[in-house]
Amino acid sequence: METDRIERYALPSPSYEHGGDDHVFVELDQAMSFDANFKAMAITQELRGQDLDGIVEVCPANASYMVRFDPDVIAPSELIERLKTLDETIDIEEYKWEARVIDFPVLYDDPWTHETVMQFRDRHQDPESTDLEYSARINGFEDADAFIEAHAGAPHMVTMIGFVPGLAWCHQMVPRDQQIEVPKYLRPRTDTPGRAIGYGGAFTTPYPVQGAGGYQLFGRTPVEVLDIDQELPDFQDSIVFPKPGDIFDFRRIDRDEYDRIREEVEAGTFTHTYGHVEFEPEEFFDDPAGYNERLVEVIG
Amino acid sequence: MTLTILEPGLSTTVQDDGRFGHYHIGMPPSGAMDLYSHAVGNLLVGNDEGAAGLEMTYNGVDARFDEDATIALTGADMSPELDGEPIPTWESVDVEEGQVLSTSFSANGARSYLAIGGGIDVEPRMGSRSTYELIGLGGHEGRSLEEGDELPLGESGWNAPEGRSIPDEDVLTYEGEKRLKVIMGLCDYRLTEESKAEFLDSEWKVTPEADRIGYRFDGPDIEFVEREQPFGAGADLSNVVDVGYPIGSIQVSEQPIVLASDAVTGGGYATVGTVISPDRALLAQCRTHESVRFESVTIDEALDARRERRETLDRLRNSLE
Repeated sequence: METDRIERYALPSPSYEHGGDDHVFVELDQAMSFDANFKAMAITQELRGQDLDGIVEVCPANASYMVRFDPDVIAPSELIERLKTLDETIDIEEYKWEARVIDFPVLYDDPWTHETVMQFRDRHQDPESTDLEYSARINGFEDADAFIEAHAGAPHMVTMIGFVPGLAWCHQMVPRDQQIEVPKYLRPRTDTPGRAIGYGGAFTTPYPVQGAGGYQLFGRTPVEVLDIDQELPDFQDSIVFPKPGDIFDFRRIDRDEYDRIREEVEAGTFTHTYGHVEFEPEEFFDDPAGYNERLVEVIG
Repeated sequence: MTLTILEPGLSTTVQDDGRFGHYHIGMPPSGAMDLYSHAVGNLLVGNDEGAAGLEMTYNGVDARFDEDATIALTGADMSPELDGEPIPTWESVDVEEGQVLSTSFSANGARSYLAIGGGIDVEPRMGSRSTYELIGLGGHEGRSLEEGDELPLGESGWNAPEGRSIPDEDVLTYEGEKRLKVIMGLCDYRLTEESKAEFLDSEWKVTPEADRIGYRFDGPDIEFVEREQPFGAGADLSNVVDVGYPIGSIQVSEQPIVLASDAVTGGGYATVGTVISPDRALLAQCRTHESVRFESVTIDEALDARRERRETLDRLRNSLE
């Protein structure tokens, strides 16, 4: 039977590791969980808020976080003590943060990623199926269509950004027994279309630009997550649109809507559709389905 | 005032001391790979340590100055000449309007730095003039230089006199065995004890896949601890739930990769340690097929090495002022 709550995971003692003389890496857990991710999010937000001298970079990740600092200004031992204090004082059930809930249109099973998928069949676990068919089967779905409905059926949290600018790891906001899990390709592809929707491990990632890649490919979005020339209105303040803690609502669209959005993007007039919420972990943990429904209602 | 590129060399980019505050959106710092040579060059010509100059890889530029300037070449020795006459490296040199600087292949070291009084005055992007080629941001049109490029030069606050140099012991030549100090840790629990010991005992050869993103090394096979993979980590034993990668960190898949100035900022391969900041400059001078050894140090030893590097640069700045 499917669970209807987000199961809680007691986190082990965090490990504090020196990344050379100028980084501290903190692993909160070896496994992915909302407990670990929300803790990473809360600690890094609080640390940023303290605005300490000598802090250079503050980077939340899926179940860990990293801080780059200038050890001539703040000693590594002092920084680690501060991080330990934050870890002890933050209770994620009570912690809340401002999050954007963003409409994220996807043309699933699109012709461009389909061509790529077919081109690199020899590097895949199952050369006889498409990535969608394979992922549907190993996750117990009847067919690709039911699988797409599940992927678009509940929103996803941006739990980390990195690798290259704008690449967001998105973890679906459902109990663990409903999470989709897929392996990466056996050998990475040498090509992936820009804006492809990939999936690896327990994470969806929209590819910001064309390039190599090893994630299973499910579709393509018409919207941009990276705009280096900052021509689109959403990118006036940053070349990258997603932020850690954003909530993406992947929405299945057809080719007509895809083409319409592309025209707007190319004309430089496209703006993302989103609303704001104060994200409350406890409410989400207690009733993810109901809470997710209320979340997506705030999208404009 | 401009510098005109006649021959771009193998891979030449505009770099300063880096772009910070954006790692959490996936943006690496970029900046000079060998920040020591970069800083010394700037001090020799009277610039701030972090001013933008050229980073040239293996084979440098030929370029014409359209006005008088003061320059210094540091890092790998590319046998520079001015109008065909050899000029010294690690020393300030006056250039007259119309003169042509030329360079050849480096014999030792991989990267040479050209500092020019006043710096290279390209438009800063996100707080830095550094080039990040992967997405085409910063520097000159976001790319490595091409024949015919014209680079704007900044106004020099004062003219550093010709022949300013630094003590011989502060000039690096990159000969002999290279040892990179690392602090082991991060996710090194993924390696077996034998594999960790072997990592530190072995010679590692720089493969041709060595660039500003990272250096891939060839050596003994990496052995991972067997385990049932945690939720979300991915199927392979080298996989972890995606983490942030420190600059200088060593990620292991089949072979170790040391991440450099244009690093990928995070991902799902286990990281096992981090090259300390002063030794990242030495990594930048490692050439393909050369061998290095990794030497494990404590945080206190790492901080001592950092302090020593800082004191050297402070001493050089004071002596040149």
